[in-house]
Amino acid sequence: MLSNIQILFDAPLLFVDLMVNGLLIGAIFALVAFGMALVWGVMNIINIVQGEFVMLGGFITLVVMNKLGLHPLFGIPISAVVLYGVGWALYHTVIFRVVDKDMFISILATFGLSILIAQLSNQIFGADVRTADAGLPTLLFFNGMVSVSAIKLIAFILALVTGLGLWLFLKKSRLGQAIRATAQNPRAARILGIDTNRVYAATYGINAAICGAVGSLVVMAWAIQPYIGLPYTVRSFMVVIVAGLGNLPGVIVAGLGLGAVENLAGFVFGAEFQIAFVFSLMVVILVWRNFKLKRRREYLK
Amino acid sequence: MKSRQFVGAAALGAAAIALTLGVTSQAYAASDTITLGAAVSMTGKYSTNGKNTKNGYDLAVKLINDHGGVKIAGKTYKIAVKYYDDESTPARGTQLAERLIQQDGVRYMLGPYSSGLTKAMAPVAENNGVPMVEANGASNSLFTKGYKYLFAVLSTSDKYLQSAVSLAGEVNKGKTVRIAGVFQNDPFSQDIRNGVLADAKRIGAKMVIDDKLPPELNDMTATLIKVKALKPDLLVVSGHDKGAALAIRQLSDMRINVPMLAMTHCDSADIIGKFGKAAEYTLCASQWDRTLSYKDPLFGTAEDFAKLFEKTYGYAPPYQAAESAAAVLVYKDAFERANSLDQKKVRDALAATDMETFYGKVKFNAEGENIAKPMVLFQVQDGQYKVVAPAKWAAAKLRWPTPVWSKR
Amino acid sequence: MIAKRNNPLLFAAILAVSIAAPLLFPDYRTQLALLWLMVIFAMTWDIMGGQMGYNSFGNILFFGIGMYACAVLQRDSGLSYFSALALGVVLAGALGIVTAIFFGAGILGLRGHYFAIGSLGLAIAAGEIAGGIDYIGAGSGMTTPLFPGRSEAGGLFFYFFFFVLATITFFTLRKLYEGRFGLAINAIRDDEDKAEAMGIRTTRFKTTAWAVSAFFLGMAGAGAGNLFKFIDPLDVAFAGSTYGVWMILMAILGGKGTLWGPVIGAVIFHITQELFWTYLLGWQRVALGLLIVIIVVFFPQGILGWMRERWPERFGQKIDEATRTSGGAA
Repeated sequence: MLSNIQILFDAPLLFVDLMVNGLLIGAIFALVAFGMALVWGVMNIINIVQGEFVMLGGFITLVVMNKLGLHPLFGIPISAVVLYGVGWALYHTVIFRVVDKDMFISILATFGLSILIAQLSNQIFGADVRTADAGLPTLLFFNGMVSVSAIKLIAFILALVTGLGLWLFLKKSRLGQAIRATAQNPRAARILGIDTNRVYAATYGINAAICGAVGSLVVMAWAIQPYIGLPYTVRSFMVVIVAGLGNLPGVIVAGLGLGAVENLAGFVFGAEFQIAFVFSLMVVILVWRNFKLKRRREYLK
Repeated sequence: MKSRQFVGAAALGAAAIALTLGVTSQAYAASDTITLGAAVSMTGKYSTNGKNTKNGYDLAVKLINDHGGVKIAGKTYKIAVKYYDDESTPARGTQLAERLIQQDGVRYMLGPYSSGLTKAMAPVAENNGVPMVEANGASNSLFTKGYKYLFAVLSTSDKYLQSAVSLAGEVNKGKTVRIAGVFQNDPFSQDIRNGVLADAKRIGAKMVIDDKLPPELNDMTATLIKVKALKPDLLVVSGHDKGAALAIRQLSDMRINVPMLAMTHCDSADIIGKFGKAAEYTLCASQWDRTLSYKDPLFGTAEDFAKLFEKTYGYAPPYQAAESAAAVLVYKDAFERANSLDQKKVRDALAATDMETFYGKVKFNAEGENIAKPMVLFQVQDGQYKVVAPAKWAAAKLRWPTPVWSKR
Repeated sequence: MIAKRNNPLLFAAILAVSIAAPLLFPDYRTQLALLWLMVIFAMTWDIMGGQMGYNSFGNILFFGIGMYACAVLQRDSGLSYFSALALGVVLAGALGIVTAIFFGAGILGLRGHYFAIGSLGLAIAAGEIAGGIDYIGAGSGMTTPLFPGRSEAGGLFFYFFFFVLATITFFTLRKLYEGRFGLAINAIRDDEDKAEAMGIRTTRFKTTAWAVSAFFLGMAGAGAGNLFKFIDPLDVAFAGSTYGVWMILMAILGGKGTLWGPVIGAVIFHITQELFWTYLLGWQRVALGLLIVIIVVFFPQGILGWMRERWPERFGQKIDEATRTSGGAA
């Protein structure tokens, strides 16, 4: 462990490389978490299918590339559109039944869906690890000490654009306003003539679309297989929790931070403790924050 | 009234259990069929190689049956395989083995895919005196427990990368070889690690990185940056298909230069098909190759097997399929030599196996390990796997060192 | 509570079936033993999730810790098989309690889904850490010692191990739920702040509840390690995505917050799973996913809850009815 830290001191540029690559991965987490925060905030549902949407987006990109013969970059919009449809359909078959129920019910229902989708993909696409080669270059800085692959950069930019776009959409557009109104008070929104069912379906669809786009980025930058979903779900969970609900800019920051911290932890403690470190950190953050909250409550007394 | 209702419910439950039990219990005593029991991963993280394993078994069974089956004491038997899905988790393994042996009355077993599953199932087979010929559990620790009924047709995991480490020693003659190891945190890859550590000691090399990759990690950036920093002479990666695919993808994306890269599972991950040029120069450990000159009366040469497999399943056979098929051939041979269906006699016949198959020679030592077949080491050269070691089989010369990315 | 509180006939019937089952169906001992393990899973989860309203995603933590504790003791103590196992089971239970108290101090202060996620994080981290420690085999896992003697005897032994453990768990919980403890944790579920305001020491009750759950889960883990014969950190010991979720599902399926619900849920879930597994080779997980969705979407209140809605008059009187002590079983 100490020797690993020593490496960083000897070559500070590597630290930059580690951080930059971490932030780029973090952008992926941030995007997935963005969708989760949206669904959580508006519909009060913790959506465990998140990772499976990512996985489906990846497979759709592969289909676009192999069957339609298009460049995999076209997979980003196509997966987004297809996944919007998937999300919309899922809402109208299953999700609408659990919207008003206890949040815990929605966790389990979406967990069931996630098993279902992962296993179906295994049957349909096969379990092979797949990846798509976008043929994009890698940008090198500082004599190759810092490397940034173009596809990760695209993911990063897309994360920022999506974040900004969504924020504008929620602020300005008619549907966005309806979504915000529903999030604040669904009953009042209904009384005022907002079709909350439509709003929910759109929200869920938008979330699925974001995940779909992420999936095509993942298949180009890393690799996918049917059982890849859970890590993405769990991380987006964590990002939303750390950022706090209803804090969309916070989600971006927390997502990027998670990517960087995870990379750093993997480097310093060794890859075997990378995930363990991140989750222990989450528990500590939760407990610490709760402790602070309690102190404040006691002052009030 | 209430209690009656509950007793009713209990009765219903009992009936359901009885139904489950009744229907699933079928004895495999059909007089002209020998049923081999097998658990393979049809779902879960190992399902790619679970499929390869199953296809290998199926192809061999079909061929044997088409060519007159197995002749024991003047009678001809067909072979059949009873499959279950182990869901890639050892928690299912024990249950499955017991289910096959006790409920389905299977008297001979084939192995599952992966060392972890084999570790979970082998003790059950052993306890019940059921012979098990396995083709996909390479972990050394399977062969130190004194199992009498376990036989493996494949080479153990410590041998996978032996030639790669030796080669690294040869080409870097004189200087201390610096090895970076990235091994997934599962029984198989950790055994590969033990093998590499032992080999590193043998040639006086130094391990500069020794990382264990969590099975659900989808990104190796942190480890690879360490590789970039420490510039090892040899990078070793073992992490089933996902590890192989991720390593090549990220090494090329991050433009990390290593003079020598060795890994497992190249062919089942299809690194050439997926990455083309980026896969060049990679060294791959393999149990078998279609260009080797082994042959047997049933399949013919290794190449004949590969062609038949491609025709049947539409893809080139990775070694996992070949070794699985070989396991069935070993059974056929042992049945015929034992000339009996007695489990003890079949076991003894298995122990005395000394044969050549398209997959290689098979001869077991006292621990049940196949000691007659060497591992081969490929290198990806011009979009093809070429055997570069051991010297006896080498079809091409090692290309070393791997040029830096800007020159590729 | 479905029937009168103590129904000697009912308990006698269950006892008879339970003892006869492994003898009548000797080939199914492992599956039957697992059935009781599932019952323990569901019951121990329900203490927290059902009775106290703390939906824990991390209870698998105690199962894994118990499994490893016992296996290490069996490996290193040099005792004979049975003494090591007995000592290991006790150690596993004790370690469960210690862990629950230790982590409970921080985690149990969290409310609602924050608790769910905090406990999930704990379980995931534990599995990953176990995979990094060489002393317990790291990612290669551990092999537990073989049962001395014939494997049939081993099957029977572990069947009764889990049967007895499940029975003890059941009666302990019934005793606990009837007393002040049960009332207190139900009060926490209904409104924790009010409960606290009324002078209930919520922290103490919450920790006790988790410790009880951990105690039985730890012992179950010790037995399960020996039943499975091979311990893998992520797939067997800290198997959060299978056992960890199933325990919740089974409790919900039967009806959470009831004594019998988790038991019934576990039995039905286990049998269904075995059927899927036998008849839907390769598709069993698809069917399982579908089943989960159907359960939670259509029966969120569980089988018992559904029956209670359907025939309210049969559930008219509950625990407060006249009680006789000591049932027919155990």
